[in-house]
Amino acid sequence: MIRLSFNKAQLKKTTIYFALVAIAAVLIIPLIWMLSASLKGNEEIFTIPPTWIPKEIHWENYSEVFNRMPFLAYLRNTTFITVLTIVGTVFSSSLVAYSFACLRWPGRDKIFIFVIATMMLPLHVIMIPLFVIFKELHWLNTYKPLIVPAFLGGGAFNIFLLRQFFLTIPRELFDAARIDGLSEWHIYWKIAMPLARPALITVAILTFMFTWNDFLGPLIYLSDQAKNTLALGLALFVGQHQTEWGILMAASIIMMIPMVAIFFFFQRYFIKGFAMSGMKG
Amino acid sequence: MSLYYSLCQYDVLRIPQYIGLENYRELLFEDPYFGISIWNTLVYTILRVPLAIGGSLILAILANQAVRGIKFFRTVYFLPSIITGVVLSVIWMWMFNPQIGLVNTALGWIGLPGPLWLQSTAWSKPGIALMSLWGVGGARMIVFIAALQGIPSSLYESVEIDGGGWWARFWHVTVPMLSPVIFLWSVLEIIFSFQVFTEAYVMTKGGPLDSTLFYNLYLYFKAFDDYEMGYASAMAWILLVITLAVTLLQFKLGKRWVHYTGGAPE
Repeated sequence: MIRLSFNKAQLKKTTIYFALVAIAAVLIIPLIWMLSASLKGNEEIFTIPPTWIPKEIHWENYSEVFNRMPFLAYLRNTTFITVLTIVGTVFSSSLVAYSFACLRWPGRDKIFIFVIATMMLPLHVIMIPLFVIFKELHWLNTYKPLIVPAFLGGGAFNIFLLRQFFLTIPRELFDAARIDGLSEWHIYWKIAMPLARPALITVAILTFMFTWNDFLGPLIYLSDQAKNTLALGLALFVGQHQTEWGILMAASIIMMIPMVAIFFFFQRYFIKGFAMSGMKG
Repeated sequence: MSLYYSLCQYDVLRIPQYIGLENYRELLFEDPYFGISIWNTLVYTILRVPLAIGGSLILAILANQAVRGIKFFRTVYFLPSIITGVVLSVIWMWMFNPQIGLVNTALGWIGLPGPLWLQSTAWSKPGIALMSLWGVGGARMIVFIAALQGIPSSLYESVEIDGGGWWARFWHVTVPMLSPVIFLWSVLEIIFSFQVFTEAYVMTKGGPLDSTLFYNLYLYFKAFDDYEMGYASAMAWILLVITLAVTLLQFKLGKRWVHYTGGAPE
């Protein structure tokens, strides 16, 4: 009897491991496949049956990425937009969130609900008015439509997330600082911000992921090819050279490197932020 | 502003011309692509939402087992979620390639003939839905794991005392206890499915034969290829109304099956 139940437990464990490994394989194989293709020559890519380990390693796919498209310029443009957007979002959304969480002013909670309600509005509804506004401002084909909005509030979700975090900071801390004669600005910058570090990192990571990969924004606002971002440039390249899989995969991998790096360095924040925001439509 | 444009003929160059409900009339009664794009979006939603919810729930249950090395598996399961947008689309164009893609190669190993995927009107939408499961499964899994860990183990024990097996535990404890989370993410997944754009733009441009002409893709073409901003605004408002209606309906139906431990939040 004891032996039997021992076997049963053993069997259960084996089944679980088997299922875990099988699913892990299914999920991870596309990435390995991609890595392998990025190192293959064109003939080998079309070999049937496919080979897992390239017979000849073709590193030149990676250098071709830089020769075949202005990849370096795309990289620079994307980095420029992303860095400024992160700075703007972290700064402005935390300022707005601080005001919602820690200051008292008439109509505060009503306006907060109004801000939250804007999250419900699908992007495509506001897309056209935004386009018209930016056109009237003569901002089309510049990076301003992609960057400036980040400095003007930084998005309802980020405000919400940071407000919730600020609310968990004990009131007494702020009151004590006020009694000591610190200005609100000082309290925000020297007390609230350092305490909110985990939430700020989450906001920064989410903003990074969104901006780095954003496609619709650059697609609408940028028309000059030299101004393209990575996402836009890659999509353009797909349209023109569909069958050059080696180069395409190499370019995709280069574009993924910062995401993977941030994932491994900030795993905890990353996973939490992603799970909460449901980002990724 | 968008609402006003939807009542206008507006090509961005000239000032908007007020034309009343003309855009809406044309959309609803004359434009065949409007119906096609709604149909495509609907089919995609019906394919994707159960796949995404069911798939990530299975992942979560598996990744919530108390075995050694489970953290490693969770990380691996989450990994595809960091890939989005254009890169995700490029990888899967390659995976779905009918001749040399991995999906059909794998189907060949088990003796199944692979479809043409993105080049076939019947398989293009299931293909994109499958891709989105790979892309979001890990992220949703995290939400479900958190919810699974909130279920008191005493509930499972009482089912076991009553002689229930794993199915009874799943159906009578896990599902009801997770129902608020499942409900919330079904609502969100439907909204996300209605918004599908980048994948179709990069992978198929709406083809073959308009089989992936999703609503927002058509809206984009109208607005930024044809510069019919008024028409596109009207489309945006129709989508907003549909989304709100579907969400409200879900909340109505949700009352019947969603189980709130602390009583329904009314």
